[in-house]
Amino acid sequence: MVHVDRYEKAWIVVSAAFLLLLVAVLAYTSLGLKITLPGPLFVCAPADYSAPVTANDPPFTAPGVRQVGPNHYEAIMTAQVFGYNPSEIRVPRGATVDFVITSKDVIHGFRIPGTTVNAMVVPGEVTRFSYTFDRPGQYTFFCHEYCGAGHHVMAGRIVVQ
Amino acid sequence: MRAGIVPAEVRDEYRYVRWHLYTAIFFGLVLGVLMGPLQALDKARINLYDSVPLLQSYYQGLTLHGVALAFIWTSFFIVGFLTFTAVRGFGRPLASPFLSRATLAVMWLGLALTLWAILTDRATVLFTAYAPLRAHWTFYLGVALFVVIGPWLLAANVFKTYRAWKRDHPGEKTPLLAFATLTTLAMWTLATVGVAIEFVVFLIPWALGLREGVNPLLTRSLFWFTGHPIVYWWLLPAYISWYFILPRQAGGKLFSESMARLAFLLFIPFSIPVGFHHMYVDPGVAQTIKAVHAFLTFVVFVPSLITAFTVVASLEIGGRQRGGRGWLGWILKLPWKEPAVAAQLLAMVLFTLGGASGLINASYAMNLLVHNTLFIVGHFHLTVGTAVSLTFMGITYWLIPQLTGKALRGKGVALAQAWLWFLGMALMGRGLAWMGLEGVPRRTWWAQASYQIAGSEAGGVLTAIGGVLLFVSMLLYVGVIVATVRGAEATEREDVPVAEPLDGGMPVPAWLNRLTPWVVGTVVLTVLAWAPMLWQMWQSPFSSPGFEVW
Repeated sequence: MVHVDRYEKAWIVVSAAFLLLLVAVLAYTSLGLKITLPGPLFVCAPADYSAPVTANDPPFTAPGVRQVGPNHYEAIMTAQVFGYNPSEIRVPRGATVDFVITSKDVIHGFRIPGTTVNAMVVPGEVTRFSYTFDRPGQYTFFCHEYCGAGHHVMAGRIVVQ
Repeated sequence: MRAGIVPAEVRDEYRYVRWHLYTAIFFGLVLGVLMGPLQALDKARINLYDSVPLLQSYYQGLTLHGVALAFIWTSFFIVGFLTFTAVRGFGRPLASPFLSRATLAVMWLGLALTLWAILTDRATVLFTAYAPLRAHWTFYLGVALFVVIGPWLLAANVFKTYRAWKRDHPGEKTPLLAFATLTTLAMWTLATVGVAIEFVVFLIPWALGLREGVNPLLTRSLFWFTGHPIVYWWLLPAYISWYFILPRQAGGKLFSESMARLAFLLFIPFSIPVGFHHMYVDPGVAQTIKAVHAFLTFVVFVPSLITAFTVVASLEIGGRQRGGRGWLGWILKLPWKEPAVAAQLLAMVLFTLGGASGLINASYAMNLLVHNTLFIVGHFHLTVGTAVSLTFMGITYWLIPQLTGKALRGKGVALAQAWLWFLGMALMGRGLAWMGLEGVPRRTWWAQASYQIAGSEAGGVLTAIGGVLLFVSMLLYVGVIVATVRGAEATEREDVPVAEPLDGGMPVPAWLNRLTPWVVGTVVLTVLAWAPMLWQMWQSPFSSPGFEVW
């Protein structure tokens, strides 16, 4: 048997309980508050690996924003060195936007500061996530993964009216 | 002649250790920290890149900074230090002089290839080297040689030594220093399988034109298979010092040998199945796997919490021996005037903040706010940049005298250096965290960016001030090391400080002295945590050509 000092034992129990509490909080935020991560979760059809969707396939052959419901929009976007298409999106206040993004070349990112929008954009993969724009104003989005010489100018904006 | 009073039986080993340490310091730390102020000032929107010769861009400087510090400084230091701890732990030279020579030669070759590629702007892909950005093949081969192959050769040599030692000491428990060295090398050997496959199967043939394309998600995942455990490859040598050496230097004893062994062993299985926490916001990785890796990331925090208790308790024994009273009074009685000790104590202080910020990153809901922002950069400057790097500097303050037979010179300067690093990193860590929480992206030429983020300016100023202080600290450090190496020989030789266990070295159960069951467990856990996702990615026919867009 291993002898463990009683203070050390107490410390380990308290530490483990603390970590379990953090795990419980994490479970609550994802299952209870429904904070979801970007990913393939919302892909309409199940991911089919024998025929991956690339930037050359629909829907990315016609990027743009279209309405899919009452104040509900879908933004089909491509990322490429060193910009996005489209680079400006206009939606009314309170609009929910489903973003569907892929990359035409290297790995890029997509981040809107001041929101929970934070995603990677990887060639050969489709990134999907949603956000509801309750505050009117201008939101900047930009690439947050190094993608080459012009990485720092890769940005666009969302105008919420 | 330099090795005047170095014991004759380990003279060759000590020479190799010296070469590893000097390479780490002059090609890793110095080159990397030379770039540091340029990046730190950039966060305050002061652009110096146009006036720096040789560098084509911020990103070339950033590649050099990352590779020099995360790979060169760490790999060479750790291989050197673990050679020393193995020799000292087993009390005998390493089994194969040929492997010792080969380790150094292979790592130097790798270093030359990598530096050539970076300095000629052929590999401005940053240290993560995400495909389909494609660097020159010398970059990948070079990194593979000194980050992976060199440590593998050392591992082979140390395990050979272990076998020989066991033959001569049947039934004895492995000495602590040697056991921790074996554990660290076993963990890293298993963990490097990911990046070895990434480089050998994909990136090197691709860069040579032998392979048409690669799947970016697969190579990125293989990178993070190794890319998180590399954190423990950096950290465990620092823990070796904190557990088994520092308590002696502080006048204390190792509080609990069994818990120390357990902490090291736990890092073998739990270092690897956590890497997808770097890819929480990636497409193509299932949510359930992200959650599993999140949970296991909290689990790998446990051995670090054990370490916190055991190391602090060991130091407390020292502080009380030296006349410390009260709950916290013993801290003041620790030998703060010794640069080797002060540097490591300060490293521990900032590690508490670094560890706490790691728990934020690991929580994938909160990670949405910080992923790929400067918050992450703040986190790893407190962990690898301070907990690890400042500990390594502290170690050299006694190890280089030990290896050269010279006396440490400029003790006052060395102390100032340690405090300056602590202060600089505290300011910079705060500045980077501040900017990151406002949303400022990492790895971005901020002075030239086409957009700005309100509220992040003060964080930029803190970062810039911190970066300059760190640069000064590095200059002081190099001054002390050069003065010591070029200085007079010490009049008497100091013993290698190895801490005694408090219980006097009682027997430990077999499961705390054997590696095999832990290694088997690691393989099972790793396959469960990684194989389904990697297999799915491997099946994807998507393949991308290379891009050289820097």
